[in-house]
Amino acid sequence: MAFFQKTDGSGVLLLAPGDNVAVATCELPAGTEREVAGRKVALKSRVDVGHKFAIQAIASGVRIFKYGAPIGVASRDIEPGEYVHTHNMTSDYLPTFTLEEGHQFVKEVKS
Amino acid sequence: MINGYLRSDGRKGIRNSIVVTYLVECAHHVAREIVHPFREQGVNLIGFSGCYPNAYSHKMMERLCTHPNVGGALLVSLGCEGFNKGGLLETIRQSGRPARLVMIQDTGGTRKSIAEGQAWIEQTLRQLESTPRADMGIDELIVGTKCGGSDATSGLTANPAMGRAFDFLVEQKAACIFEETGELIGMENWMAERAQTPELGQEIINTVAKAARYYATMGHASFAPGNADGGLTTIEEKSLGAYAKSGQSPICGIVKPGDVPITGGLYLMDMIPDGEVRFGFPNINDNAELAEMIACGAHMVMFSTGRGSVVGSAVSPIIKVCANPKTYKNMSEDMDVDAGRILEGRATLDEVGKEIYDLLIDVANGRKTKSEALGHQEFVLMYKTFEPLGPACFPSAA
Repeated sequence: MAFFQKTDGSGVLLLAPGDNVAVATCELPAGTEREVAGRKVALKSRVDVGHKFAIQAIASGVRIFKYGAPIGVASRDIEPGEYVHTHNMTSDYLPTFTLEEGHQFVKEVKS
Repeated sequence: MINGYLRSDGRKGIRNSIVVTYLVECAHHVAREIVHPFREQGVNLIGFSGCYPNAYSHKMMERLCTHPNVGGALLVSLGCEGFNKGGLLETIRQSGRPARLVMIQDTGGTRKSIAEGQAWIEQTLRQLESTPRADMGIDELIVGTKCGGSDATSGLTANPAMGRAFDFLVEQKAACIFEETGELIGMENWMAERAQTPELGQEIINTVAKAARYYATMGHASFAPGNADGGLTTIEEKSLGAYAKSGQSPICGIVKPGDVPITGGLYLMDMIPDGEVRFGFPNINDNAELAEMIACGAHMVMFSTGRGSVVGSAVSPIIKVCANPKTYKNMSEDMDVDAGRILEGRATLDEVGKEIYDLLIDVANGRKTKSEALGHQEFVLMYKTFEPLGPACFPSAA
């Protein structure tokens, strides 16, 4: 498992080589451009601290890697720079539940 | 070196507390009233709400009432509940600690029971003033680690920094306990590779499989809505972050709640009940697990949070390590360590790991943690069933 000692000030962290998502180390506005692992990526929406975005195109059904480990699978095609979360990926193990509007505990599976 | 409290059973504590224990919900109010005037004098309220007896909760109570941080115990019983109060009282007395049982039905009701309990507390507080002190080595410490109110920063900053602190402690032969198998789903093979023996590795794989099965039956992973708000998408992503708490030392054994590690080293706590699924979710909240680690003898527990948990615990101090820089700014009065500095480029992982380690030693020497100073003493204990550990779960003879 990959750890990092220190951030480089870019606001973006690629936790392990080969990961297809990177992490924001501060709030990054939409349109932010960064070079990550030799690829130029422009954020399609705002990404909050700790949240993640695709650094390359990820086809539906392809594993998402973070820390050099699989954290789930793309539930639809994801473009480079796109925010990655419950709307476009799912667990290989157990479903994720979240509080939707109306405060119902619902299973988060969106088409 | 730590200046500990020496108990007559030979164990050493870092606090000199009294626990007041209700043995059924019906005795809760009386126990709470007994504690209230003494709550800032190291008198802690714990208890078990159920009226039906249960071997797990009995063992938990035995371990908590004879915890090295505890110098005496007052048991508050309604009188007719199923808890084996006589057995518990006997165990505490055999450990050399002052202990007393107040039975509300025998004593004559609420007021008389409160008065009797408070008189015993006053007398016992005076008695505990003469508890002998003793030098205590790092190798005599038991430390737990837990995460709660996690977000995506937890696994980047606070958890790996606590893992570094664990590595420093294990190097000095402290016993370190990490949890919880329901939040290590997906990490089983990585953990097995760190096991000291292949047999222990297989036990680790089995215990995570048990957790996955249990949560699948419940229909819900150990995953809260706030985890998703904080950027965690799946249980395996949360697991990766949680796993980082364990540091990088070899794993020498498995404990179940209430099992005290027999040597120094890194242990995994298996808190998922054995046998068929019953009694509901394995741990209904973070404090259920803190109580279990403390029952394993943990003198203190490091607790990471990204969303901003405020909880402490009865019996042992909780050290809050805040992962998220935004949360720290908002809730700094509740946080002992600002690990979000790593994300902001203001500190390295190793620096924060060392800071946590130094703070652990200060807390062991009496410095109050934030949650302790704020009076947090949360406690919860539910029903469970466990089978004994298999032989491969114990550290192999060195």
